[in-house]
Amino acid sequence: MLTDAAAIVTARLGVPNSWTLKAYLETGGYAGLRKALSMTPEEVSAEVMTANLLGRGGAGFEVGRKWSMLAKPRPAYLVINGDESEPCTYKDHMLLEADPHQIIEGTLICAYATGAAQAFIFVRGEFALGIERITAALNEAYAYGAVGPNIFGSGFSVDVVIHPGAGAYICGEETALLESLEGKRGFPRDKPPYFPAVKGLYMQPTVVNNVESVSNLPWIVLNSGEAFKGLGQGRSTGTRIFSLSGHVRQPANFEIEMSKTTFRDLIYDPKLGGGIRHDNQLKAFIPGGASAPWFGPDHLDMGLDQDAVGKAGSMLGSGSVIVMDHTTCMVRASWRITRFFHRESCGQCTPCREGGGWLDKILHRIESGAGREADLDLLLDICDNIAPGLSWPPQKTTICVLGPSIPSSITSAIKMFRDEFLVHIKEGGCPFG
Amino acid sequence: MARLTPDNVRRCRDLIGLYPQSRSALIPMLHVAQEQDGWLTPEAMEHVGEMLDITPAEVYGTASFYDMLFTTPVGRHLVSVCTNLACLLNGGVELLEHAEASLGVAAGGTTDDGEFTLEEVECIAFCGAAPCLAVNWRFFGSVTTDAFDHLVDDLRTGRLADEVPPHGTLCRVRRNVGLTAGDATATPVAAPAAGTTEGA
Repeated sequence: MLTDAAAIVTARLGVPNSWTLKAYLETGGYAGLRKALSMTPEEVSAEVMTANLLGRGGAGFEVGRKWSMLAKPRPAYLVINGDESEPCTYKDHMLLEADPHQIIEGTLICAYATGAAQAFIFVRGEFALGIERITAALNEAYAYGAVGPNIFGSGFSVDVVIHPGAGAYICGEETALLESLEGKRGFPRDKPPYFPAVKGLYMQPTVVNNVESVSNLPWIVLNSGEAFKGLGQGRSTGTRIFSLSGHVRQPANFEIEMSKTTFRDLIYDPKLGGGIRHDNQLKAFIPGGASAPWFGPDHLDMGLDQDAVGKAGSMLGSGSVIVMDHTTCMVRASWRITRFFHRESCGQCTPCREGGGWLDKILHRIESGAGREADLDLLLDICDNIAPGLSWPPQKTTICVLGPSIPSSITSAIKMFRDEFLVHIKEGGCPFG
Repeated sequence: MARLTPDNVRRCRDLIGLYPQSRSALIPMLHVAQEQDGWLTPEAMEHVGEMLDITPAEVYGTASFYDMLFTTPVGRHLVSVCTNLACLLNGGVELLEHAEASLGVAAGGTTDDGEFTLEEVECIAFCGAAPCLAVNWRFFGSVTTDAFDHLVDDLRTGRLADEVPPHGTLCRVRRNVGLTAGDATATPVAAPAAGTTEGA
């Protein structure tokens, strides 16, 4: 059901010049940081732990627990991940443009709680306006005394640097992001031993948190972890932004209460997605970005709950819900997703680099009418080489999870729409034209 | 086609000063170099390498990994059309085909007058307005074929010069402060600063 939970991270959307310090202060900005600085770092961490804030980037790891795993050697660093690149996810892009001060305030609260020596906000390079807005916001925050030495007279000092990326999906993966931040190619690091909390930026303990995750921190500090936990159900607490796209009447970012709201609400409610375009039939939807296995109409009444979606064999991932109506060619859709992963593979691991290319080519030949009967088994066999057993969550033969994400759309499409593949192969072309 | 200008050398030195290890400034410095010439010239990459005490090969090795960094010349307007899933479902492929016909170049190509480079890109996170594209990373949504032709016309005649700077100019706002956390003598300002609010 659609609840009346108030917006937490998108509350300032629509406020004139919401990205400026003036508008931010007029709407309660930096009160969370002031309150946090009057508490001990341990008290701030405890509130976040109580809130059970799950990371909003894709992996969904508890933010408070991530902080608590930070190894002792100092200096420790904080890196905010604003390299949003998962296909059909566009919430961080919006937050960077609309409310950059909220990201800076959340960053500072996190830096205080974790004792970070310096903080870096890594922003996807393509987000030119977002980079301009958050750079201007940071200049204002320094002048206001919210960043730099002796913040608000508290004795706490920290610097923040906005770091622009240069275009690579893989840099959203936290260890690849750290390599990139060190001025190198975005090659993911092996875990273990390179868990960021132990050996992160410059081989020092590092916390990596997503932009939306830290945007929740001012509210949590001001209203308490209990209040945050009072929203949602089970482990899926609070509200979350869902990026809705595809064949819906009103594709947009919607911040809604987790778990209690269902996929049906998100897609069909007149205040949210507004239903399928032209009153078409829903064919399938992807619940959590291009990396996630697909759901059919039978999953519409499931709540937007991280654990429920995980148990059903997919993931909420980056919070991106992609809707496909009955006119969609599922071979084409899975081919397009596969081509994306093939292009974005960093090339370190053979199963991903080569397997992705093979899958791309085979799907293309099926879609263009040159498919063979044996191709379906071949596709699944290659997928099995990348993610043995094709289980969920996937097994890995690679350093990072980009490779094991490739099979998701292929195995989903073959499982749910096998006949459609066979028609392509038998008729020598795409029935959707 | 040259090394970095004195002003850009200063900008790069400021960037180096923001990081515990200088090489972290490499990609931000490459953005400066790309802003200067529209692409990464060999001379500029070599100059960046000298400033960081790394070889030109190391600079090129990093630059060549990233989609936004061009080691060959690019048109003044880089038109990036998305065909990833949300755009595919909403006419992105047809938009790209129209763009190719309209500009007279295939994706990856540059018009003879050097005004436009067309490229097909992966998701640019503007999916609520699919099909979408970016010009020099300024975003345009719900782009019909007619809207595309108008956009090209506006870019050609310079009517969008304020919104869309030349290719390579990423951020027109400059950081106006170095690292200050270690500066014990600095005192925080109590009142909000006025007049520095507009980002773009």
